[in-house]
Parts: sequence; C-alpha cells; structure tokens
Amino acid sequence: MKIVVCVKQVPDTKGGVKFKPDGTLDRAAMLAIMNPDDKAGLEAALRIKDEDPDNTEVTVVTMGLPKADAVLREALAMGADKGLLITDRVLGGADTWATSSTIAGALKNMEYDLIITGRQAIDGDTAQVGPQISEHLGIPVISYAEELSVDREAKTVTVKRQFDDRYHILKAKLPCLVTALSELNDPRYMTPGGIFDAFQKEVTVWGRDKLDVADENIGLKGSPTVIAKASDKVAKGKGEVVTPETPQEAVDYIAGKLKEKHVI
Amino acid sequence: MGLEEYKGVCIFAQQVDNKISNIAFELLGKARDLANDLDNKQVSAVLIGSDVVGLADELAEYGADRVIVVDDPALKEYRTEPYAHALASVINEFKPEIMLVGATAIGRDLGPRVSARIHTGLTADCTQLDIGDFPLQPLPGKEDEQKHKQLLMTRPAFGGNTIATIACPDFRPQMATVRPGVMQKIAPNKGAKAEVVCPKYDFTENACYVTIEKIVKEVSSVANIQDAKVLVSGGRGIGGPENFKILEDLAACFKGGMVSCSRAVVDSGWKPKDMQVGQTGKTVRPHVYFAIGISGAIQHVAGMEESDIIIAINKDENAPIFDVADYGIVGDLNKIVPELTKKIQEENAAKA
Repeated sequence: MKIVVCVKQVPDTKGGVKFKPDGTLDRAAMLAIMNPDDKAGLEAALRIKDEDPDNTEVTVVTMGLPKADAVLREALAMGADKGLLITDRVLGGADTWATSSTIAGALKNMEYDLIITGRQAIDGDTAQVGPQISEHLGIPVISYAEELSVDREAKTVTVKRQFDDRYHILKAKLPCLVTALSELNDPRYMTPGGIFDAFQKEVTVWGRDKLDVADENIGLKGSPTVIAKASDKVAKGKGEVVTPETPQEAVDYIAGKLKEKHVI
Repeated sequence: MGLEEYKGVCIFAQQVDNKISNIAFELLGKARDLANDLDNKQVSAVLIGSDVVGLADELAEYGADRVIVVDDPALKEYRTEPYAHALASVINEFKPEIMLVGATAIGRDLGPRVSARIHTGLTADCTQLDIGDFPLQPLPGKEDEQKHKQLLMTRPAFGGNTIATIACPDFRPQMATVRPGVMQKIAPNKGAKAEVVCPKYDFTENACYVTIEKIVKEVSSVANIQDAKVLVSGGRGIGGPENFKILEDLAACFKGGMVSCSRAVVDSGWKPKDMQVGQTGKTVRPHVYFAIGISGAIQHVAGMEESDIIIAINKDENAPIFDVADYGIVGDLNKIVPELTKKIQEENAAKA
C-alpha cells in the first residue's frame, strides 16, 4: 500500500504571536513547524504502516521554499520512507486553487492508494487545499477525519467523519483522499535512530518541469483570487485592567460597568 | 468565460435532516444587501436534499426571490460527491455572479470541491463581504482597467492576527464561505413566496461516491451559544467541571444568558464541543462576553473579539485576554463570581 501525506511548513503560533515594533506580524521571529493537522495525518499513515511495515510505503510531500526540507526531515525521523519537496519560483504566490492544482500535478506522476492531508493549516485556515486536490485528481474525498482505518484486501478506507452535531462512518474505495483533524491521534516523537536515518534518506526535489499541470494553473497567474488589501490587524485598543483589593470591590466595579452600559 | 453572463447572488441553503440550518438565513440576509448594490438584484437559494421542496417557503420569508431545488433520494444525507455535482450543475445552468456557502463542516468540504470543479476562486471563512472596485484604487494610467461592482471578501488569517480583502476579478461565480454567526438574518416576511425551480440532474453512483455505514447524532446542549445575548465563558482556570456551577448561576441572572467555554475545557472533557468558542469552535458576538479563567489564546480571541462588551476575570495579570477585554479584573474568580451573581440578583430583585 502506498500512502502519500501532504504537509505544510507553517509559523508556530502556540508560543504567542510576535509583532515588530510597528505592530506588524514578525514571521521571521516565529519558529517554523509542521502544521498540526498534517502531523496527525502523518501519524495516521505511520499507524497504518505499523500494521504491515513491509508492505506499506509512506511518502511525505510538501510544497514551499527550499527550507521546507526541514519538515520532510522531521517526517522521515518519525518514520516516513520518502520525502518529496516541490519547489520552484514560478509556483510562488499561489492561492488554494493554484496550490492544489500544482500538488495534484505532482501526485499525477506518483503512485498512491491513499492520500492524507491535514484539514487546514494554522496560517491560512482555509481547509480548501485537500478537497481541491481530490477534485483535480478525480478521486473521492472524506474531510474532517477523526478515525481512520484501511482494508488492504477490499481496497477501502473507513473514516469517522465529524460534523457539527454528529458523525458519519463513511467507507470509500481507494484511491481516496482523507483530511485529518488533529483530534485524530497524538503524533509520535522522532527517535534518535530516526533522526540519524532522516539525514541518510534522500529527499527528492521536483521543480516545475516534473509536474503534470498546465502553466495557466500554477503560481500567481494561475490563482483566481487576488489580494486587494492585506493588513496586520491593529490590536483593539486596550481597555481598563484593575486589581481590586477585595472581591466586593471587584463586584462593585463590574456591576458599575454593567449599569453604565445598561446591561442591568 | 463570458463574465457578463453571470448574474445575481446565490446562496447554498444548507439543510440537515430536512431542517434548514441557521446559516442559510444569515447568508440570505447578506445576499439581499449585496444584491442591492448590483445591477441584477435577484437573490436565489440553492436547496439540495431529498423531499425538501416544502422548505422553499421558509427561504422566501428570509429573503430568497427564487429557490432552486435539487431533489433526489441520493441527496438524503450529505455526501461530498452528489452534493458537489448538484451545486456545480446549478452554477453551470443558472450562472450566478456570486455564490455564498456557510463555513460549516459541510460547506467547508462542499465549497472547495465545487470551486475546483468549475474552476473559480473560493475565499474561505469570510467575516465581511462588500461590493466595490478592484483594485481598490485605480492604477495611474490604467483607470479604465479598474473593475466595478466586484465582490470584496474580507477574512482573518493567522488565528485572527491578519486580515485580508480578496477579490476574484476574472472568474465567475465569485465564491466565498462565511462563518456562522457573523452575518445578520432579516426579520422574516411571513407569507412571502419565491419562484421555485426544480432542475433534474443525474445521480448515478461512480467511484467518487462514498457509502454511509452509520450515522451517530451527538447529544448537543439544547441551546446554541451563538444565540446568547450574554455569554459566561469558562477556561482551564475554572479548575474542574463541577465548578461550572458558579458560571451557570451567573448566566442565569441575564435574559438570554448562557455558558460557553474555551478549547482547553473541551479537551479536558469538562464540556461538550458545541459549547466551545474560538477558531475551532464557534464564533460568537453577544452583547456581553465574560471570559472567566480564560488566558486568551489567539484562537480563542478570534471567536469572541467582536462581542460588544468583554469582561475578563483572571488571576494572572499578564494573561493575553486583558489585551482584548474592555474591563479586566485581576483576581480570584472563585471569590468574585459568586459575589457578582448575588449582587446582580439583588439588582434584578430591586427592579422587579
């Protein structure tokens, strides 16, 4: 069974977001990490591999700048078999449509039974690239996976698919694309041996010429959506913060404000 | 693509168990606004399901001029492929210039699949939609290249730390998903009727159809926190599930008061997911939001910062929640909250 996991390198927002003195976001000051939903997707793939290691191959794919090699090395250290970095200047500035057609263009030149992506990345939060890749490839998609298992004989995948007030247990024929929620599992850590291996293993690098996609569907030019205006949000004007001596003083303060605003 | 062939505003009227989701009415409210700024002012709702034609009147009452109903037994439960086929077919046949979809667990799957199929742009999780010019300012010497009456889609990214306004000038329809709870529905116009059209499409199963093996409805708390006028929201600082009692007591003092919580509370298993506010929970904008024992991670703030009045109680004076609170109180919630409840009960009693 061949599993491809798509991952994205994103700035870490967990340790707090860093701002420059002028109030704009300081991306360079934040650590670059593997997107959490993608990591859960990778863990799901590795668990399928654990069931039958000799007959399962996990390939990790990312698209980005050359430095995105780091997330592929991390994935290899966790236990993935192969890494593929899609990088080319002509691919820059892509929206979700162009990104998904580019990644689909790489997948068309690869073998896969199951493709796993994260539901969404913590920088863009769109949740669009996974379903869009599946459409470009003409294969079924199951989004928001909370649990996942494959039947190698029957060539099917069974997924617990989360909705707002329910879940569905869905079964799809392979090949299929599944988008993973970080609730799916707790990803394993890299092992020392794995880290050593990660730097022995080869990461394949593909430029634009290796992709099965038309020029009008990649990069900035292939993006139907265009940014009209972007700004780092100006933090809301800070309100009052008080440190009352007693609970009663705190209560009087809050009640006073609620009366002032005609809430009570 | 003949862009001028595309006319009017269309919304995806999500229904689950043949009950229209609130987001459909919110989208209709916004669609009406947008259509008023366009040459073609028709607002259409796309209703997809099995035996759903009877729901058309309700959509008319909330502002739909026309309801396009795709009714087929294959559409009884949401599945990506037949729903994507239905919506893409409607778009190809009726050619709306704007297509709005709710950013729900259904819409965020359906929207991207359809946008990829019909080759147009999709802007996710919008919080603001306007009709305007693109580029916003004409480029010097290229004044005649500026396009008018474009959909300008504004969305937060990066956990709410950046905002971008996005246009889709060369493809139609201009598609957006919109977060529930953000747009305002109109007061229903009782007895209003819409034109109802029922196109037929082919739903023969293919390899992209998945099989539903089981459907499990999760018990949800009766009320929706997005409808609350006052939200008393608890975080990890509450200490445990039993201590939510003091928040419930405070919420009960207000008309339309409810209890909600942060992600940490859901992750700890203290409260169900439908009570969660934030990026991966619900977006709320009550009149008053009490953030109690909530540190204020950006993912949480993204879901509540539009509240009219934010009151935070936290023992840590450096908690980031104080950066967004209108009124911040550094102190012990266990002492302050019960006293506050008592005080407001007294005030209410005095008024009664």
